[in-house]
Amino acid sequence: MLFNTILLALRDIRRNVMRSVLTILGIIIGVGAVITLVTIGNGTTAQVTGQIASMGTNVLMISPGQHRGPGQDSAAPSFTLQDVQAIRKEIGSLKAVAPVVSANATAVAGNKNWSTSITGSSNDFFIVRNWIIESGRTFEQAELLTGRAVCVVGQTVRKNLFAEDDPVGKNIRLGKVSCQVIGQLQEKGQSSMGRDQDDLIVMPLLTVQRRFSGNRDVAGIQLSVEDSGSTEQATEELIILLRKRRHLADSEEDNFNVRDTKELAAMLTGTTKTMTALLSAVAAVSLLVGGIGIMNIMLVSVTERTREIGIRLAIGAFEHEVMLQFLTESVVLSSLGGIVGIIIALISSYGITLMLELPFLPDFQIIIIAFLFSAAVGVIFGYFPALKAARLDPIDALRHE
Amino acid sequence: MTATAENAAPPFIRLRGITKAYGIGDALTYALHGVDLDIAKEDFVSIMGPSGSGKSTCMNILGCLDTPTSGQYLFGGLEVSRMSRKQLASLRRYYLGFVFQGFNLLNRTSAIENVELPLMYRGTPAKKRRELSRQALKIVGLEGRESHTPGELSGGQQQRVAIARAIVTSPAVLFADEPTGNLDTSRSHEIMELLVGLNQEKGITIVMVTHEPDMAEYSKRIIHFVDGHVATEKEAA
Repeated sequence: MLFNTILLALRDIRRNVMRSVLTILGIIIGVGAVITLVTIGNGTTAQVTGQIASMGTNVLMISPGQHRGPGQDSAAPSFTLQDVQAIRKEIGSLKAVAPVVSANATAVAGNKNWSTSITGSSNDFFIVRNWIIESGRTFEQAELLTGRAVCVVGQTVRKNLFAEDDPVGKNIRLGKVSCQVIGQLQEKGQSSMGRDQDDLIVMPLLTVQRRFSGNRDVAGIQLSVEDSGSTEQATEELIILLRKRRHLADSEEDNFNVRDTKELAAMLTGTTKTMTALLSAVAAVSLLVGGIGIMNIMLVSVTERTREIGIRLAIGAFEHEVMLQFLTESVVLSSLGGIVGIIIALISSYGITLMLELPFLPDFQIIIIAFLFSAAVGVIFGYFPALKAARLDPIDALRHE
Repeated sequence: MTATAENAAPPFIRLRGITKAYGIGDALTYALHGVDLDIAKEDFVSIMGPSGSGKSTCMNILGCLDTPTSGQYLFGGLEVSRMSRKQLASLRRYYLGFVFQGFNLLNRTSAIENVELPLMYRGTPAKKRRELSRQALKIVGLEGRESHTPGELSGGQQQRVAIARAIVTSPAVLFADEPTGNLDTSRSHEIMELLVGLNQEKGITIVMVTHEPDMAEYSKRIIHFVDGHVATEKEAA
C-alpha cells in the first residue's frame, strides 16, 4: 500500500514537470542563497580574525602628534632614543619596545628592482610585530650600535628581487647604500586593511637614521605588553611618562598618540560582524522569497489539485491514501530541492571563497536550518491545502473553482 | 417488477424521503424534497427531467459522492446514510462506478493510467491491472489510444475513457451522468448499446441521467424528476 502511494506520488511529480521544477527551484534558491552567503561570511570572519592575530597582540603604537581624523594629524616633535630607554626603564610588564623610523627606497639586486619601504628598528621590532625569521638571523648588537648596512627582507621583496633563490648573504642596493641581506621573514599575507605586510625591509635603526633620514629622530615607538599585563594600564603609564618627558603643562593636550591594537581589532571584528549580519539578512530574504515562490506554486495549483482529489475520492480512494500521496509528493519534492540547493551552494561558495582567497568554512547548522525551513514551507503548502480538499465531499472537491 | 421486489426482501437500492438543502437561513433552498425511489438489481434506469429538477443531485447521492440532508438510503440492505466517510469510500471503491458529465479525467495522465486508477486503489497487481484496463479500453473502442493523454483525445474519446474507468472494476452499479452529452448521434447510440450490453451480459445495474428521450429509450425504466421529487415512473417502451 505504502509502496503504491509512493509510486503514485512519483508518477505525479513526473507528470507535472513544470510545477515540480518551479517548486524545486524555490527551494534551491532559498537553501542555496543562505548557505552560500553564510559560508562566505564565515570565511571573511575567519580571515579577519587571522589577520588580527598576525598583527601582534597586546601591541601599543606611539606616534607624535594627535590624530584628529583623516589628514588632520597635528605637527609635533618626534621622539628620541632617550624616550625609548626611559620607557624601557620605567614602565613594567613590557615584553619589547622598538623604536621605528621609516623610509622609502628602490631596492636593486642584479637586474631587478623593487620599490619598497624600509623600517629602521631593533630586534625588539620582530618580537612586537610577531615576525618569525624564516632563514638567516636577526641583527647583532655590534651591527645595531655601529649602524651597519645589513637588512632582513620580507617575502614580497624576496620574490621580486631574488625569485625563488635564498637571499641570505646576497647584497642589495638601496639608493646609494649597498647592504647585505642577513635574514628573511616568514610570510604574513595581507593585513586586515588590505596592505601587503610582507613588502618591507628591516635595517638597524641607526643605519636608517644616518643613511636615509639624516637625523636622530625616532618617528614612532612600538611596544608589546606581557600577556599577563594590561594594555590599558600600560597606556596610562606611557601617557604620564611621555607628558613629563615632553614637558607638557597640565592645560596642554597630549602632542603624541598611543594606539592600542586591541581597539583596532575590536573595530575590525565589529565591521566583520556587521557584514556578516548584512549577509545573513540578505540570505534570510532569499529564503523568504524562495518560500513565497514555493507557496505560490502550491496555492496556484490548489484548484487543479482539489479537482484531482475529488476524482481520486470519487473512484474509491480513502482520505488517508490521498493525503499520504500528497505528503509523499511534497516531501520528495522538498528534499530533492533541498539536496540540489545544498550541492549547488557548496560548489558555488567553494568557488567564490577560492576566488576571494578566503577559507572555505560551511556552517552545517545553517545548512540544516535552511533545508528544514524550505522543506517545511514545501510540505506545509503542499500538504495542508490537500488535507482541506480531502475532507470535502467528493462532489464538492470536483466542483471546486 | 418494482412491486414484486418490494413485497419480498428490500430492493437493491432504496431511497426514502431523501432531501438535500443548500445554503442556510433565508438562502436555504431544497434541491430534493423527499425522494422515494427503488432500484432493483440488474435494472437499467434513466432519470430525466428539466434542468434544476434535482436529477443530478439525486444521482450524486446515489453514487455516494454527496450526502443527503435527511432521509434514508439503503444499499443492498445497508444504511448508507449512517456510514462513515471511510465506509462510503469503500462502497465507491468496491461496488460503484461513476461516469461524470465533465469526464473528470486526470490531466497529463495517459488514458490507460486513468483507467488503471480505480484498480490501483483496489490493490490489483500491476500486470492484472494493465490487462483489465486494456480490455476496458477495447470495449469502449479506444484500442491503440492507451498512451494518449486527455488533452490529445476528442470529447467523445475522453467520455469513453471515463466509461472505461467506470467499468474496469466491474462494479455492481454504474452511475452515468449524461454519458452521451458530448457525443454525436452515432457515437451516442454506440455508447448506449455498450451500456445495454454491460447491463445484460455482466448484470451491472445502471442508473443514467439524460435529457435525450432517444437515449432513455435504451433503458428498462424511465423516471421523471420535477422540482426535486419523482414525478412519474414508467417502464420503457
